[in-house]
Amino acid sequence: MVSVQVKNIVKTYGDVKAVNDVSFEVQKGELFGLIGPDGAGKTSLFRILTTLLLADSGIAIVEGFDAVKDYKNIRNIVGYMPGRFSLYQDLTVKENLTFFATVFSTTIEENYDLIKDIYEQIKPFSNRRAGKLSGGMKQKLALCCALIHKPVILFLDEPTTGVDVVSRKEFWEMLGKLKKQGITIVVSTPYMDEATLCDRIALIQNGSIMSIDTPDNIVQRFPKPLFAAKADNIYKLLQDLRADAEVESCYAFGEYIHLTLKAEGADAMSVMRIVGRNNLEGLEVKLVTPGIEDCFIRLMENK
Amino acid sequence: MENKAITCKDLTKQFGNFKAVDSISFEVQQGEIFGFLGANGAGKTTAMRILCGLSFPSSGEATVAGFDVYRQQEKIKKNIGYMSQKFSLYDNLTILENIEFYGGVYGVSRPEIKMRSNELIGTLGLEKEAKKLVGELPLGWKQKLAFSVAIFHRPKIVFLDEPTGGVDPVTRRQFWDMIYEAAANGITVFVTTHYMDEAEYCNRISVMVDGRVEALDTPANLKTRFNTTTMDDVFYQLARGAKRGEE
Repeated sequence: MVSVQVKNIVKTYGDVKAVNDVSFEVQKGELFGLIGPDGAGKTSLFRILTTLLLADSGIAIVEGFDAVKDYKNIRNIVGYMPGRFSLYQDLTVKENLTFFATVFSTTIEENYDLIKDIYEQIKPFSNRRAGKLSGGMKQKLALCCALIHKPVILFLDEPTTGVDVVSRKEFWEMLGKLKKQGITIVVSTPYMDEATLCDRIALIQNGSIMSIDTPDNIVQRFPKPLFAAKADNIYKLLQDLRADAEVESCYAFGEYIHLTLKAEGADAMSVMRIVGRNNLEGLEVKLVTPGIEDCFIRLMENK
Repeated sequence: MENKAITCKDLTKQFGNFKAVDSISFEVQQGEIFGFLGANGAGKTTAMRILCGLSFPSSGEATVAGFDVYRQQEKIKKNIGYMSQKFSLYDNLTILENIEFYGGVYGVSRPEIKMRSNELIGTLGLEKEAKKLVGELPLGWKQKLAFSVAIFHRPKIVFLDEPTGGVDPVTRRQFWDMIYEAAANGITVFVTTHYMDEAEYCNRISVMVDGRVEALDTPANLKTRFNTTTMDDVFYQLARGAKRGEE
């Protein structure tokens, strides 16, 4: 069963093509990720799907409703958490939640089950104004407000941007629980490590989708063996590898450098030979499984 | 003191009964890349504001570029550069105008501004865009330009507050190349980030939890100490016990 259908959507602002002929489908109950940096077109897509923005051309259908003709139906069944905090700063936590429940002709009590786990965490502050909350708490309140009318589908635009590792982990655990309750979730993030927590992902850059599949399949399609290398002076090693004619690509990845060779079928021995050329101290080379970020960079380079 | 870019001893900032920064002590060497990590609400921003000469501590001692944070705030401001993801450049000024503006604010002489801005625009490969509004530049370019502008007056230390948020993975790495280059030229880099792979690019990092510096070491030593292979896990082990992260 299809929940979201996007077909050949184009959106331009002046000369800028924000969304360039994008098509994808999201199945019911799926946790679908739009992975890409700022300016990739993620927010425009969210705004089109939530009927807040008209596309120049193309079709967007949410739960069988057309984003242009049936916008009223869509607004009733979607929950939307915009990238920028958009609740009322001068209303309290409780007032914000009551407001959103009332707008959708429901009450907090009626759907409390759905938000209970999340709301309990901010309940001690229910009389605090939303504008005075910390980042992590604002994020939880925004999610509660997006959920209070029991939406069929959730659109979350960069919910974890600027949030620390611990809060990010908690937030994804909450999404996992919501998914279990059958809610379809479309979420965007600039953090590539979060991609693996989605059922399927679209890697998006400059308004176009570069790849769309399960995280595992995207990783498996990485065309070459990928090696990790390090030396005591890692910056020097990076510069040497960049200048080396046999090296196809090399990028810093934490304490290692990830590299591929131009030659097919390279092994750790041949990489060691190249890495060892400049007699750096503390050399280490190993074969590694690519991550989503490796795949993203590779796809960017191929463009 | 000569080779210390930053020194802190028992630095504390108290708001009422709340210790936003709770007796932190550390030193940053000249030319070091120092990662300043912590959970949301741990007190990073408050500490950074003191070190940038924007806020007085409640107690404790600290010097930045050799200047005292109580008595020499103006001297500190002249000797540091600052860049954040949220505030960097004026969108409605051109690239050249932004450079001139910042150079002027920091008291760089006219002829010097002219010479260095030509040089800078050449290095960044922005010759064609020099007279375009900054607002028209892609985010990645803006961030790189913002960094160059932050070190335009050749400060001793540059403070970077989540400089790479939201940029693509290739630009993020190009940005770190610029950081390495600045450090190689003797500029001390004090940087915050939420990307744990970037923590690995620092010479040393500190992790703040509930106002205190709970760990401070090289990335490799921290991983050994917490018996793990990723900085992600080091951070998680340290910060999950935070009591006031949500305050």
